[in-house]
Amino acid sequence: MSNQLTTDPSKSAQRMRAGSMTMTLMPWILAAGALMLMPFIFTSSSALTIMNQMWITVIFALAYNMLLGQGGMLSFGHAVYAGVGGFACMHIMNASDFFASFPLPVLPVFGGIFGAGLAMIVGSFSTRSAGTVFAMISLGVGELIAASSVIIVAFFGGEEGISGDRTYAMPFFGNEFLQQINVYYLTSFWVLLSAALMYLWSRTPVGRMANAVRDNPERAEFLGYSARWVRYYSFVASGFFAGIAGGLFAINYEIVTEENLNTASSGVILLVTFLGGVGFFFGPIIGAIVFTLVQTVLSLQTELWAFYAGSLFLATVMFFPGGLAGLLMMHVPVFKLGKAKLLIEPYFKTLLPAAIGILGLCALVEMTFHFRHATKGDNEMTLFWTTFDSHTVLPWLIALAVTAVGLAIAKRTAPALKEAWSDANSAGEVS
Amino acid sequence: MSVPALELTGLTKSFGHAKIIRGIDLSIGKAERHAIIGPNGAGKSTLFNLITARFAPTKGTVKLHGEDVIGLQPYQINRKGLSRSFQITNIFPAMTVFENVRCALLWSQGYKYSFWNLVNNSRRLTEGADAILDQINLLERRNLPAGTLSYAEQRALEIGITIAGGADVIMLDEPTAGMSHSETDYITDLIMKVTEGKTLIMVEHDMGVVFGLADRISVLVYGEIIATGKPADVRADPKVQEAYLGAALEAEH
Amino acid sequence: MELILVNIIDGLVTGLLLFMLSAGLTLIFSMMGVLNFAHASFYMLGAYFAYQISIALGFWMGLLIAPIIVGVLGAGVERYGLRRVHQYGHVPELIFTFGLALLIEELVQFIWGKNQMPFNIPEVLNYTAFSVAGNSIPAYKIFMIFISVGIFMGLLYVLTKTRVGMIIQAALSYPRTVESLGHNVPLIFMGVFGVGTALAGVAGVIAGPVLGTFPGMAFVLGSIVFVTIVIGGLGSLWGALVASLLIGWLTTFAKSYNLAMSDIFNAIGISTPENMDDNIFRDLWTVTSPQIADILPYILMVMILIFRPAGLLGKRES
Repeated sequence: MSNQLTTDPSKSAQRMRAGSMTMTLMPWILAAGALMLMPFIFTSSSALTIMNQMWITVIFALAYNMLLGQGGMLSFGHAVYAGVGGFACMHIMNASDFFASFPLPVLPVFGGIFGAGLAMIVGSFSTRSAGTVFAMISLGVGELIAASSVIIVAFFGGEEGISGDRTYAMPFFGNEFLQQINVYYLTSFWVLLSAALMYLWSRTPVGRMANAVRDNPERAEFLGYSARWVRYYSFVASGFFAGIAGGLFAINYEIVTEENLNTASSGVILLVTFLGGVGFFFGPIIGAIVFTLVQTVLSLQTELWAFYAGSLFLATVMFFPGGLAGLLMMHVPVFKLGKAKLLIEPYFKTLLPAAIGILGLCALVEMTFHFRHATKGDNEMTLFWTTFDSHTVLPWLIALAVTAVGLAIAKRTAPALKEAWSDANSAGEVS
Repeated sequence: MSVPALELTGLTKSFGHAKIIRGIDLSIGKAERHAIIGPNGAGKSTLFNLITARFAPTKGTVKLHGEDVIGLQPYQINRKGLSRSFQITNIFPAMTVFENVRCALLWSQGYKYSFWNLVNNSRRLTEGADAILDQINLLERRNLPAGTLSYAEQRALEIGITIAGGADVIMLDEPTAGMSHSETDYITDLIMKVTEGKTLIMVEHDMGVVFGLADRISVLVYGEIIATGKPADVRADPKVQEAYLGAALEAEH
Repeated sequence: MELILVNIIDGLVTGLLLFMLSAGLTLIFSMMGVLNFAHASFYMLGAYFAYQISIALGFWMGLLIAPIIVGVLGAGVERYGLRRVHQYGHVPELIFTFGLALLIEELVQFIWGKNQMPFNIPEVLNYTAFSVAGNSIPAYKIFMIFISVGIFMGLLYVLTKTRVGMIIQAALSYPRTVESLGHNVPLIFMGVFGVGTALAGVAGVIAGPVLGTFPGMAFVLGSIVFVTIVIGGLGSLWGALVASLLIGWLTTFAKSYNLAMSDIFNAIGISTPENMDDNIFRDLWTVTSPQIADILPYILMVMILIFRPAGLLGKRES
């Protein structure tokens, strides 16, 4: 991956120590503040559920990016480590005496330990090489463990999975985590801690060498580092944090099933991470937030949400391999040059019609779907707050016109946008 | 006589039926600057790759400071004090110049695979890397991605990475290949400066560089060393004359 | 004894079917160095297209036309998708084909819905070819064997005996040289990708009626195909053949002989513990071979990767 300009740690070293400390700490303080305040802004219980889901996905995606973004290892079976962490935590929840001996917030650590333990075993043979072979092994092992889950019932609970009750833990300052809001703060604490630890990891010698091995394993070997062991450490660390995410899942939902470790879940986390952007530390965070929102909001609106998510993913791979974070960071030079204003108008002129055109396209897709699959006689459908008959011509014409006009305008204004972009990125005076 | 820095005995390498290296015996003393020259296809790069464990030899031994290093991995050999550069520039292009050098320092400063140290907090790492950058005159380029440097600068950076770890045996594979005259002079001076007191083994085509730098020269032709000695002796050797002249004549046809 | 023969035939059918997929995948891999994650999706498309065509024109036209459409689609994917992503490196290529697999599955559900299609064996072949000890062998299975073997022979002939095959083989190892000799290597890549996916399409057409034509069919077979080429050795055509047959027979035999794990443990001298309820390994004792038949390939793969990382017939990684 060519465009991986990882955030450069050397720059901060140059600045004044004290100044750089506040600079580095600022995002974390803001994040902590936001995590604290969120439940006061979004008070409904479904919002809490969504946010919990989001933070868990953030941890998992960050853990995944330790492999993909920082280590250059593409895994198709990473859900296994989160899942096994979750199952382990579930068993601990059900071991009542032991579970009662420590407070609930400690539980995810066990998930981490089990995730890392499994990663130690699998990593011992899978990290010998990166690239295609690593990807294939991850897929095979993932499938193997997912398939075993229906056979080894004692650990995985068969098809029903395993459930438990988080409230049997030792009370934590009198709190038994009966309510969703308690769990929210527990999850928030862990997301902050895990993200900070993973960030620090990328600043350690082994974390730096993970990047080196990703870019040029041979050169790294001639610097005294075994590429394989560097990969191994990254892999185990990633398994640890994935396990923590799994543990938090167990606490949140109080049930863990085969779905937590199957290939579909592994695919989703790849999608989330890549969508957010693998080149930057914060990329997976954006990915997790956006994806969870899209998933929860869109899946309520349309049956086809997975189709849209898949299309978006493919478009990202083809046209914006840096993901959302890459798109955002593209604008940093523009802001530094103070030329962001130049872009407002062209963006408005191109992106708005493009968005309308794409919505028109989605309408066409939805109507086709309704036309083909709705039960006989059910001709009415509701789209964008309008109810109409999908078997008449007019709505089709309207959707077609909106799509064509929107995309056509976007296409005509695109060259101007391109020009404005290069103007905004050049240091000279605006012509 | 003290133990040589690098000693090759009976080193042989075949790819299938093709014998590329046909039994090489060579002993290079401590702090010697040794150049390996020879016509194209003589096996110079293969010899380098055998010594640094990029390839496994078919037969023979390689001893580094008297210790057999056959069968070791490249990283293990590197830890024993041998470092190399490559014929094709081999750096970390996406990382900054400073990061490149700092990565090269990590192992030698004892950081190993640690995840309890933060690299930014180590003054020794930062100063060490800056000192190397100063030596190779790239301090001004410190925070640029290494891939954006000019060719000569990238070559200089690679030499910097190669020496950063403090290895005492430095192997450079055609450090001046593809460079202009002024760039070649610049790199030659640089090599002279940074390998002071170290053992240097280099493959080089530019005879100006070779005769300017080397204490001794070995001539490799068709996988065999036909002459080893002081520059003046090698130049006068009739076998060397013939090999080079022969190759020149062949090239004409 | 007779049961063994039946199993051998069944395993052969499965193995050859696997091989039709793994052959194309291996060709594509050794040429472009990219594993096409969506390969089994083209197999699925083959089945669906053939079904749609068979409604109008009958099974045989489906068998003829569907693979061609699939091949053209495959070539298009190479030309307009993969070639673009290629510049970013192998990992994004792999991610691209992964995304494509997801999208094709969604697309198939979008067009044909989530239910299995009534894609049936053609009437002409819907009879019993012969029986072995009361077990009837359907003619369709024999037909499948002939088609797969025929395609394999054809492939072998084209690759080793024709000029095009020579160029392809040369382009596999020395793309630059072949290009400088005046051959259009990108076109060859596109062609190989098209042919590889068309092969998967053929497999889909003939497997659709027996294994079922449903949106999950790509996923069911897809990961097994990857396992196959890893076991056989990435990039080795013969390895793919050996591994396909091995997996075909292994799973078939495991399914038809009801071996319990406790029998095996007892046979090697470990006795069954008295009280099973508290034993954490209790599931391991009661596991039977049909239960684990589907995961046997994965177990085999892990073993291979530990003891022979290059695969059965693969060259050692340099």
